[in-house]
Amino acid sequence: MDMEFSPEDLAFQKEVREFIAENYPAELRGKQDEGDELGKEDFLAWHRILYKKGWVAPAWPVEYGGTGWTPTQRFIFSEETARADCIRLMPFGLAMVGPVIYTFGTPEQKAHFLPRILSGEDWWCQGYSEPGAGSDLASLRTAAVRDGDDYIVNGQKTWTTMAQHADWGFFLVRTDKDAKQQEGISFLLVDMKSPGITVRPIITLGGEHEVNEVWLEDVRVPQSQRVYEENKGWTCAKFLLAHERTGIAGVASSKRGIEKVKEIARTELDGDKPLFANPFFKRKLAELEIDLTALEFTELRSLAGANAGKGPGPESSLLKIKGSEIQQRLTELTLEAVGHYGAPYFRGFGANDLGGDNEHPIGPDYAHRAAPTYFNMRKTTIYGGSNEIQRNIIAKMVLGL
Amino acid sequence: MDFTYTETQDMIRDTLSRFLADTYDFETRQKFINGDTGRDPAIWTALAQDLGMLGAAFSEEQGGLGGGALENAIIMEELGKVIAIEPYLPTVVIAGGALKAVGGAQADAMIPEIIAGNAIVAFAYAEPQGRYDLANLRTTAKKDGAGYVLNGHKSTVYAAPWASHLLVTARTGRNQRDKDGVSLFLIDANLAGIVRRDYPTVDGSRASEIYFENVAIPGDALLGGEGTGLPLIEQIVDEATVAVCAEATGVMQKLHEGTLEYTQQRKQFGLPIAKFQVLQHRMVDMFMEVEQARSMTVMGTLKLDLPANERMAAVSACKSKVARGAKFVGQNAIQTHGGIGITQELAIGHYFKRATMIEGQFGSADYHLDRYERIALAD
Ligand SMILES: Cc1cc2nc3c(=O)[nH]c(=O)nc-3n(C[C@H](O)[C@H](O)[C@H](O)COP(=O)(O)OP(=O)(O)OC[C@H]3O[C@@H](n4cnc5c(N)ncnc54)[C@H](O)[C@@H]3O)c2cc1C
Ligand SMILES: Cc1cc2nc3c(=O)[nH]c(=O)nc-3n(C[C@H](O)[C@H](O)[C@H](O)COP(=O)(O)OP(=O)(O)OC[C@H]3O[C@@H](n4cnc5c(N)ncnc54)[C@H](O)[C@@H]3O)c2cc1C
Repeated sequence: MDMEFSPEDLAFQKEVREFIAENYPAELRGKQDEGDELGKEDFLAWHRILYKKGWVAPAWPVEYGGTGWTPTQRFIFSEETARADCIRLMPFGLAMVGPVIYTFGTPEQKAHFLPRILSGEDWWCQGYSEPGAGSDLASLRTAAVRDGDDYIVNGQKTWTTMAQHADWGFFLVRTDKDAKQQEGISFLLVDMKSPGITVRPIITLGGEHEVNEVWLEDVRVPQSQRVYEENKGWTCAKFLLAHERTGIAGVASSKRGIEKVKEIARTELDGDKPLFANPFFKRKLAELEIDLTALEFTELRSLAGANAGKGPGPESSLLKIKGSEIQQRLTELTLEAVGHYGAPYFRGFGANDLGGDNEHPIGPDYAHRAAPTYFNMRKTTIYGGSNEIQRNIIAKMVLGL
Repeated sequence: MDFTYTETQDMIRDTLSRFLADTYDFETRQKFINGDTGRDPAIWTALAQDLGMLGAAFSEEQGGLGGGALENAIIMEELGKVIAIEPYLPTVVIAGGALKAVGGAQADAMIPEIIAGNAIVAFAYAEPQGRYDLANLRTTAKKDGAGYVLNGHKSTVYAAPWASHLLVTARTGRNQRDKDGVSLFLIDANLAGIVRRDYPTVDGSRASEIYFENVAIPGDALLGGEGTGLPLIEQIVDEATVAVCAEATGVMQKLHEGTLEYTQQRKQFGLPIAKFQVLQHRMVDMFMEVEQARSMTVMGTLKLDLPANERMAAVSACKSKVARGAKFVGQNAIQTHGGIGITQELAIGHYFKRATMIEGQFGSADYHLDRYERIALAD
């Protein structure tokens, strides 16, 4: 056992670091520094650069466009991108439906969709949850009925992240009403421009529009866009959820997050000293760092398992629970650090007012989104299978209860 | 010992709670805060003139109902239950508290205006560098003939866009962090040289950055002694701190009730989710936090009249406990609602936002734990 990087790994690390330094879009960096909200084009800007370089999908098999990196190299890559505060790529194509398609899809599906996911040409969304089917996903009711070579789909999905930008969605639909819950579900790829689809915004606590309701009314979907067998969609769904959960630990970005909190604490004053000298605040930072180290080494151990050929198992639930809790604590500390300047609500301003008056600024830039981000990040313990559900999974699958 | 409320106090609570039930449901509140000015002035007028509510905490000689801190707590708790944005805290609790403390001509002139609903006062005390330290002031008031000239920058002054008056802390002498040399002024909000940048706040109110640029203020704007204002400021901020704890109690109660209600309706896996024991225990823990917040608020309120050190220890005990409870109850209310909890649609998220801002108002849990340690556990 050792935890040193090999010389090859170190060389790789240097290569990644230099690539980012030379290629990360300056405009995007500026927006991030100012605490602006980021839109579709911002995500795509970095996506396309990585795509050109061939680095957009490190986890994919080489034959479909992956990098062929070792798990250690993948670790280094995600570490370096987070360290440099690179924007996180949208997971719905790259980390979710892509792996489902290359694992379960037909040759035609692979040939058509995978290249477009890699290039960023198609923006994907995930149509799983429904108003009545959240934690109990298998109770979903959106129905697909055969009609010639097509399905006719009717129902309502909700919480569909970024559906407002999506070209395609992957949907879980019920194709057999009489089968046991999990056994009557199919996995469909749906063109979001199909007639009968309506996307309505849901505004979240910080004022963001990131989730939507998606209504499907007599939407025609060719059966050739079903992935895997009819009524076996749950297999794809479960496979995908395990993938979703590992990404969710977010160790590298939380490390970067801690650095950001430290920077704020070094700038903010508390009496005649920086907040960083406040023993209470520092104690909380120390605890957070230690918890993050525990998470990191748990992930590394699980990675070592993956190196030895084991897929992500139920331990991914542990990574999700602890990772999300840490992400939330980071936003808590940030909000605490900015003090009074957590209060102004910048989205409520006329666009011209924001930053328009340099003589009378409203608090430091790093404070602008502290509260909305804190509110928004409550989502991390809810989505991707809530933390209660993850604990149920560990109880059942790991502890055998 | 007696923890029962008087008949008048019960009446205040009932009257206010009925009024708010009729006028301040969640949708109406959202309309207020999304409107141009962020409030409906008719509510304030009604509170003053129809209900006599703004006089509850003033003596009968001053035209009030003869109450004090307990009445403030009752009113703040009811306002908290509907997450009201009315400027009761800065106007009645804080400015009213300062005026009661100094008395004299200034009190005689202003208190009737407050009770009648004609005056709204914003409390301009925080500065960008000062965090929670009330004496850490760069704002200065320099003697100039019979009056003063005010210069400086006050941050996140809640209710300032609505205010007719500002209660301002400023340095009349000594250095930035000294306890001496601090003074308190009550001034007209529209004097020449006052520059405001207004904005909405994340919890639904309105606030301003206020810049004083050579603002000439009259000599009689000074409340209390020149340069010896800090003890008075500490006292009114302690009163305000307990009052926001009372507000928090109302907010937390609603967060808890909303969660109880929702989990009994919401079904997953064929059951109301309230049947899952892990959620039951969580809601029990939330309940215990609400009850303890209420207890600490009563304790803090009753100890406001003790000598400064005992008062401060009690207030800090109250605030640190309530701040942590507010965080626990708020976070768990959202978590237990699932996705719907993080939307703007449901009231629950808005209660959570207010609970979050209360955590830091007049000092975070850590700040107050520290102050408690320094006073109550001094060697
Ligand atoms: C910001 C955000 C983005 C999302 N993006 C997407 C997306 O792109 N696509 C998509 O399909 N979905 C998405 N979701 C939906 C997400 O997966 C669901 O919110 C989640 O599964 C929880 O379901 P629910 O919201 O219906 O809560 P509920 O299932 O109603 O749960 C409410 C509470 O009850 C608890 N609970 C439920 N069952 C149990 C149990 N058996 N034991 C103990 N506790 C229990 C939950 O943990 C939670 O605390 C998103 C959600 C959010 C908040
Ligand atoms: C120091 C001491 C003094 C005592 N004195 C007396 C005495 O004077 N007279 C007397 O009659 N008894 C006495 N007791 C016994 C005491 O009342 C029992 O220990 C207690 O009721 C728990 O029962 P148990 O030990 O059988 O644990 P169990 O009932 O087996 O419980 C084990 C664990 O499971 C948990 N648990 C059980 N049921 C549930 C549930 N439905 N939901 C969630 N969790 C559950 C319990 O909380 C506990 O954590 C004493 C015990 C102690 C430790």
